[in-house]
Amino acid sequence: MAKKVAFLQGNEAAAQGALYAGCKFFAGYPITPSTEVAEVMSAELPKIGGKFIQMEDEIGAMAAILGASLTGTKVLTSTSGPGLSLKQELIGYGCIAEIPCVIFNVMRGGPSTGMPTGPSQSDVMCAKWGTHGDHPAICLVPASVQETYEEMVRAFNLAEKYRTPVMVMPDEIVAHMRERIVFPEQGELEVINRTAPTVPPEQYKPYDTSFGDVPPLAAYGSGYKYHVTGLNKMQDGFPTTKAEIVQAEEERQIRKVEANKADIMKWEEYLVDDAEIVVVAYGSTSRSARFAVNEARKNGVKAGLFRLQTFWPFPEERLLELSKKVKAFITPEMNLGMCHGVVKGCIEGNAPVLGIFRVDGEPINPGQIVDKMKEVK
Amino acid sequence: MAFDYDKYIRPGKLPHIWCPGCGHGIVMKGLIRAIDTVGLDTKNTAIVSGIGCASRLPGYMDCCTLHTAHGRAAAFATGVKMAKPEMDVILVGGDGDGTAIGGNHFIHACRRNINMTYIILNNKIYGMTGGQFSPATPTGAKASTTPYGNPDPAFDIAKLAIGAGATFVARGTSFHANQIDKLIAEAIQHKGFSVVEILDDCPTTYGRRNKFKSVVEMMNHLKDIAVPVKAAEKMSPEQLEGKILTGVLFKEERPEYTSEYAKVIERAKAAK
Ligand SMILES: Cc1ncc(C[n+]2csc(CCOP(=O)(O)OP(=O)(O)O)c2C)c(N)n1
Ligand code: SF4
Repeated sequence: MAKKVAFLQGNEAAAQGALYAGCKFFAGYPITPSTEVAEVMSAELPKIGGKFIQMEDEIGAMAAILGASLTGTKVLTSTSGPGLSLKQELIGYGCIAEIPCVIFNVMRGGPSTGMPTGPSQSDVMCAKWGTHGDHPAICLVPASVQETYEEMVRAFNLAEKYRTPVMVMPDEIVAHMRERIVFPEQGELEVINRTAPTVPPEQYKPYDTSFGDVPPLAAYGSGYKYHVTGLNKMQDGFPTTKAEIVQAEEERQIRKVEANKADIMKWEEYLVDDAEIVVVAYGSTSRSARFAVNEARKNGVKAGLFRLQTFWPFPEERLLELSKKVKAFITPEMNLGMCHGVVKGCIEGNAPVLGIFRVDGEPINPGQIVDKMKEVK
Repeated sequence: MAFDYDKYIRPGKLPHIWCPGCGHGIVMKGLIRAIDTVGLDTKNTAIVSGIGCASRLPGYMDCCTLHTAHGRAAAFATGVKMAKPEMDVILVGGDGDGTAIGGNHFIHACRRNINMTYIILNNKIYGMTGGQFSPATPTGAKASTTPYGNPDPAFDIAKLAIGAGATFVARGTSFHANQIDKLIAEAIQHKGFSVVEILDDCPTTYGRRNKFKSVVEMMNHLKDIAVPVKAAEKMSPEQLEGKILTGVLFKEERPEYTSEYAKVIERAKAAK
């Protein structure tokens, strides 16, 4: 049987990907340019017995998905810049209480209300540093409609597997463009569910590290009674201020992601093997970058594209390795140098990093990147 | 035979953090008796709170307990209840938690009329942070941030709940301890969003700043100002000056949110 093909918008693909992954609960608050996700979920979820709720604000939406997740349900919220700022309080709660959830954030111009319909890539640092305190961060940055669908499935898998919030952050261009998408068949993409406890209720502890860095999570209402708090906690879920426990627990939460970077990180290397100039790009900007690399190659310039598919964790080790043999990196992005700074921070000064930064609501065009390559000596 | 509270208390989690004379423990005992009266299955009961002294209550209860962030209990609880309507969901929290930072979530939970019970422990002050004024602090009262007397008017929390659409609203006090469980039990049995405001005391941060010489004096004050709704019907406005009404203040039947959403599911499936 031929696979189902459609012409779909990025936001619509995100919603469809979430449904493929088994999402059964959505809470959100309308905001351009991500509202289509909520609209699709409001129509599709009840058809399969799932639940959609429009909350009173983004804090409420974030709270509702965390509460729903504790009942053993796969959950999603979607938003954009100003809403992401509001969600930060409870993204931190999700991290410390270790509650799986997916946050879909379409990047528009900021700060504040900024440019509601203009594209941007300026939330990538907020994905890691937005909520206070040390905490793990996973952030996926798809570049096409197809990839948005598939990365949504992966985001749910990562959230469930590592018991932590996962963000998916396309820029407005990816979220709003329409492209051909080939739907994966049922069973074609892996779908992971959180590990449920195997011990009887009397023995259950929600943060029992004897099961490893990612302890099994029981569903509320499944016979297991346990406590969840946003305070630093012990293995049984109750608050503690004991120095050694707090230190160990915080380190474990970070380690869940850091020690599994190889599983979480994803990037694409295009013509990088012999490249002297490597463009590090993500989202819609990587599409301009690929075009620019092809143009440069036609003119004999050895250019390559390093396309980030996850922004966090960041592939520091691989970029450090490449930095030892390239003449320069170029970082085009729709912000004032966020990826630029991260690249500089991990390559130990081995090569210059030339930035192309736009925050005027216009995409970066291939010509700008080709021109920048000419500055490399 | 004496009532066995231990059945509902998590082993090993007492003593509690509350100060001697704090009213919160009296409300917890009332809640436990109410759960027992209604016969809730603790495995299927979620108790959700925000942050504050009052919000520490769930930790002592042997149920599915969720101590959320400041003010967010109603929104977390809405997620739990929507995702698993077969669970009984009870919210607890202070006046500050529920009506200041959590005010928005509170009024919208009332409006939706989602089948949960919200117990507000109103001690008229932010106890946990040391006695700053809350939206329930009386005008003129002293708090750590109103050294010259509180210029703010106070919320009438029960009226706020009624205005926002809660379909069961009751008020009691920690002095009238034997009434607390009855009000809460009736609230749990009501189908819709029910609010039970219990006026209680924070001797540590409110009492001492506002010239209450002892906890007994604070309790007596609650006794003096409380007037049962029935009795109030026969009293003149002058007699009711400075009093607060107690008992079931409001009750109505209105479509409940999770049942309405079940109909949405039916309609969506039919349209498929
Ligand atoms: C976002 C946020 N802001 C402020 C605080 C600090 N805080 C903790 S408890 C509290 C007030 C609690 O007062 P109330 O809800 O009336 O309960 P009580 O302690 O009196 O029982 C405040 C302001 C916080 N924890 N989180
Ligand atoms: S500070 Fe006040 S509210 Fe908090 S435990 Fe003490 S008496 Fe109770």
